[in-house]
Amino acid sequence: MGTQSHLLTVITFLPLLSVAALLLLRSDDHVWIRRIALAASLAEFVVSLLLLPGFSAATAKYQFEEYHGWIGDAIHYHLGVDGISLFLVLLTTFLTPLAILCSWESIRENVKGFFVALLVIETAMIGVFVSLDLFLFFVFWELTLIPMYFMIGMWGHDRRIYAAVKFILYTMFGSILMLVAILWLYGKAGTFDLPEIQGLLQSGQIAFSPRAEMLMFVAFFLAFAIKVPLFPLHTWLPDAHTEAPTAGSVILAGVMLKLGTYGILRFCLPLFPASAHRAAPTIAVLAIIGIVYGALVATVQHDLKRLVAYTSVSHLGFVVLGIFAFNTISIQGAIYQMLNHGVSTGALFLGVGMLYDRRHTHEIKEYGGLATPMPVLMSFFLFIALSSLALPPLNGFVGEFLILIGTFQNHHAWASWATSGAVLSAIYLLWAYQRVALGEVTVEKNKTLPDASTRERVILATMALAILFMGVASPLFTRRMEVSTNAMLEQMKDQLGRAQEASRPATLPCLTPAQRAAVTQTQQPEQAALATTPERQVAP
Amino acid sequence: MLLLNHLWIILALPLAGAAINGLFGKRWPQSAVNSVAVGSVSLAFLAAAETVREFCNLAPDQIPFIGNYFTWMVAGPFRVNFSLQVDQLTVVMLLTVSFVGMLIHIYSTGYMAHEGGYYRFFCYLNLFMFFMLTLVMAANLIVMFVGWEGVGLCSYLLIGFWFLKKSAADAGKKAFIVTRIGDFGFTVGILLVFAAFQSVDFGTIFRDVSQNPRSEALLTAICILLFTGAIGKSAQLPLYVWLPDAMEGPTPVSALIHAATMVTAGVYMVARMNPLFSRAPAAMLVVAIVGAVTAFYSATIGLVQTDIKKVLAYSTVSQLGYMFLACGVGAYAAGIFHLMTHAFFKGLLFLAAGSVIHAMGGEQDMFKMGGLAKKIPVTYWTMLIATLAIAGIPGFAGFFSKDAILEAAKSGPNANLALWLLGVAGAGLTSFYMFRLVFLTFFGKPRFDEHKVHVHESPKNMTVPLIVLAFLSIFGGWFAAPKLIGGIDHFEKFLSPVFTAYAPQAAEAATATSEAATSSGMELLHALTGVPVIVAVLGLLAAWWLYIKNPETPKRMAQSLRGLYLLLLNKYYVDEIYAALIVRPLLWISTNVLWHVVDEGAIDGAVNGTARVARESGSQLRKLQSGNERSYATWVVIGAVGFTVLLLVLLGGAR
Repeated sequence: MGTQSHLLTVITFLPLLSVAALLLLRSDDHVWIRRIALAASLAEFVVSLLLLPGFSAATAKYQFEEYHGWIGDAIHYHLGVDGISLFLVLLTTFLTPLAILCSWESIRENVKGFFVALLVIETAMIGVFVSLDLFLFFVFWELTLIPMYFMIGMWGHDRRIYAAVKFILYTMFGSILMLVAILWLYGKAGTFDLPEIQGLLQSGQIAFSPRAEMLMFVAFFLAFAIKVPLFPLHTWLPDAHTEAPTAGSVILAGVMLKLGTYGILRFCLPLFPASAHRAAPTIAVLAIIGIVYGALVATVQHDLKRLVAYTSVSHLGFVVLGIFAFNTISIQGAIYQMLNHGVSTGALFLGVGMLYDRRHTHEIKEYGGLATPMPVLMSFFLFIALSSLALPPLNGFVGEFLILIGTFQNHHAWASWATSGAVLSAIYLLWAYQRVALGEVTVEKNKTLPDASTRERVILATMALAILFMGVASPLFTRRMEVSTNAMLEQMKDQLGRAQEASRPATLPCLTPAQRAAVTQTQQPEQAALATTPERQVAP
Repeated sequence: MLLLNHLWIILALPLAGAAINGLFGKRWPQSAVNSVAVGSVSLAFLAAAETVREFCNLAPDQIPFIGNYFTWMVAGPFRVNFSLQVDQLTVVMLLTVSFVGMLIHIYSTGYMAHEGGYYRFFCYLNLFMFFMLTLVMAANLIVMFVGWEGVGLCSYLLIGFWFLKKSAADAGKKAFIVTRIGDFGFTVGILLVFAAFQSVDFGTIFRDVSQNPRSEALLTAICILLFTGAIGKSAQLPLYVWLPDAMEGPTPVSALIHAATMVTAGVYMVARMNPLFSRAPAAMLVVAIVGAVTAFYSATIGLVQTDIKKVLAYSTVSQLGYMFLACGVGAYAAGIFHLMTHAFFKGLLFLAAGSVIHAMGGEQDMFKMGGLAKKIPVTYWTMLIATLAIAGIPGFAGFFSKDAILEAAKSGPNANLALWLLGVAGAGLTSFYMFRLVFLTFFGKPRFDEHKVHVHESPKNMTVPLIVLAFLSIFGGWFAAPKLIGGIDHFEKFLSPVFTAYAPQAAEAATATSEAATSSGMELLHALTGVPVIVAVLGLLAAWWLYIKNPETPKRMAQSLRGLYLLLLNKYYVDEIYAALIVRPLLWISTNVLWHVVDEGAIDGAVNGTARVARESGSQLRKLQSGNERSYATWVVIGAVGFTVLLLVLLGGAR
């Protein structure tokens, strides 16, 4: 980037600017608070779309970079996006207006505080995705916690305090480990700048002993794994989701969980490749346990929202598995699945919230037969459930399938185990749908429930269109992820190779020959001869 | 070449119909919904017919004809296009599906006329046509999988169409989940195909496997995994349990989805993947065994069912078994032939059964029917023709196709006399239970209150499809007729390019040797040729003896063979066994072990325990230092630092 663009700064801080506008309003002027919050978040979404035409899919470099000194020499205000973070920013700006719209009527107390919290979270989350300075990253990372803590604790349901405290404790625990690791890294590299540290590592100017690298990897990874959440660090999630207000659940499931998987991709893999490889089998097993375990526990929930919450444990297991298969297909699938999960699970929570608005309960047995009084709402609900259970040609299928097919290239067993998650997701979602929507209306009150309002239809139709669009138009997304993903894998391989040269000769294949060919074609044309490697034959 | 170059039009028509009815149908009168639904499917059939006409003008090297539409998925070396193809196999499926589909749409306008949710029914039905046509026209495994899962969705929606009934909602869910268990295998099979061939395109895979041989173990694994998907979708042992329950759906749905089209998808898939299967003899044997055993097994259950649709459902499972038996012994063309004739006569049987149920005001128990032949003659005659066809009485469509299968099982290249015997026994049982159905329903004295039930023939829009299908149930098999007098089977000849283009060389050699080697036994085998027909006639006679001549005998037999009777009546208790061995333990473990013990007990217990310790030490600290209340941060830091130290010590010690 020759000339500096300020687009990322604008996108990051526009929500915060609208918070200032909200603060000017009287606290009881609920109508205008809602309108301004919605208008601001919509404007934010439109502005964020400007990233697309300017983004080049041909380079793995960070784009829209901004670099200014901030604190001392070591800490910089350094922003940028690449193929990994681009769509996560868009996911955030896409979901926030919907989260605002779904809170239109359900939030009646301290309305101003609520929307302020929501917009601050938006800034913080975008900040996490675009920060290229570890210190700045950490600031944004922590900034996501506080408003979410208040959102659960103040606007949540019955056990909100317990849930909020559990949420903050779990995450803070991880944060502190990460902070220690960041400071250690700084001590070694003398800078917080991510690309700079990567450069130093690549050129071999700094190097860690295997033990030190593993410790730093674990410290970063634990922080991210809690956020994801990876089994067995997941028990904050059902409580937080169940107790949070609808908008909180949408943001939590839709974006916040991805801060974890994004962090793994952005830091754990490129900075500590050897440790990532050593830890991969363990992590993959945990991810697979999460896929099966989350699905089984979801199946037997009595509380609809808790059920949806457990499905996240299962779905995010797929994402983690895809990442640690170190395969370009599976990692692109993982990134795509982050987006899909944000849309599908966000939409599921929106649907559950609409039921809650009507009946003020999440107990499945309080519902039943809802397809009769509210056919439109329930049709959307089914459509969203189908997306979540990965029915082709909807979005969930594409993400899950890319993860599976990529993982299978390197690890037959991992992918085969994970495939069972597809069977289980059909069980818990269709069973839940049956208990909520089908049969006769069993509870008298439910007979007169109103069907989806115009506002609700707008929300659900937007989600449904996104689900369909992402199902059939995945190349629009994956084409922009390809180069960044390949570059990351290539860089990991280089670093790994150097580390091994230094210690012992061994091979840790992280790419199939065909992928390597693809990488060499895009990255190093002079080595294109390698592309003629015969295709690998696989014996079962 | 107009339509051949725009194959997507065939798919777009029913999809548009579904979208229009889904969005606007609610506010429209039935006639408008009808025009959209029937119109779109009829146009799709015409488009298909025109496509086939254009296809017939293609030179052999232009086949399969492939249309590429857009790139659907791309990541690294993995690339999937939304591409469709037409070859001889597609032609057969395309015509069968779109024509039978059109007839059943017409029939439904009569059958569903008095039901609520009319537009919803036709929206789903059109959507089904879209996915089914996608399935048969797909040019790669992933697009095929789209159709495969999509028809499963429509099946789910239509089985549970009367969702106020718990049994209907249960059946829909069961169908989706059980077939998804099969899809687990199908999915892993696709993963393995891509790992082995770096492609999911049929053409690429087939060329590759015929030029670069792969290990038999690999191909066997692929084929068995793919076949697992077929077992689920086409309701074979042990995953057939969803299909009888699926009869909860409206009868036209049973005819279209659960007899004529969707359930045959597994057979189509195996036939489509024939270049792989033919190179995996072990997998072929598995296919043949599963098919033959299922054919016999579910025929036995059909013997004692009392619900007219349940008899037909078990019959479908059984007939699908024959199709797999055909594929398993390498007679793919015979399997597809039976698939087509079965679509005619089984579709007809279901539609006729629907007409009976319609006439009886919703009654499905055959023991509460009887003597209907005179009252509903069109239904009676058409159903009789279909019964003669399925029983394999010479001259009718089913005779030719079933005979081709049994012939291949007896003296084809992969002949297996044990499986042939199972098939023949199943044919006898088929004839018995089908004529039992006809005799119970149409013959004898009425066993219902004639004052309450006003039996009436169905309207024209229902009887015309019956007549057309009856016509096809007779003549639809005559392609193969010349073979009986030493000529050629035109159907087999038409399909042969699909099944020989990438056939392994060894198989052809095997054909020659097996023919030579068995020439000594040939006379015996020739002598057996007429056996299936004899067995079918015996089945007919037995049914006549038991249900017309001596109607009291079946009851006495049920008494004296009580154990066997109950075993069959309760369908070998398979549903109960699955519930006891799989469903309940899984739910129990999920609730009591995973959720309550692991999640809430162990993990949360540890977390809360840590919190409690921290809180207590925090309050101790407060006593010492007058610390601020609710300061969780304090102990968070303590905990984290403690953990870091622990980690350092542990990892330090480990290395």
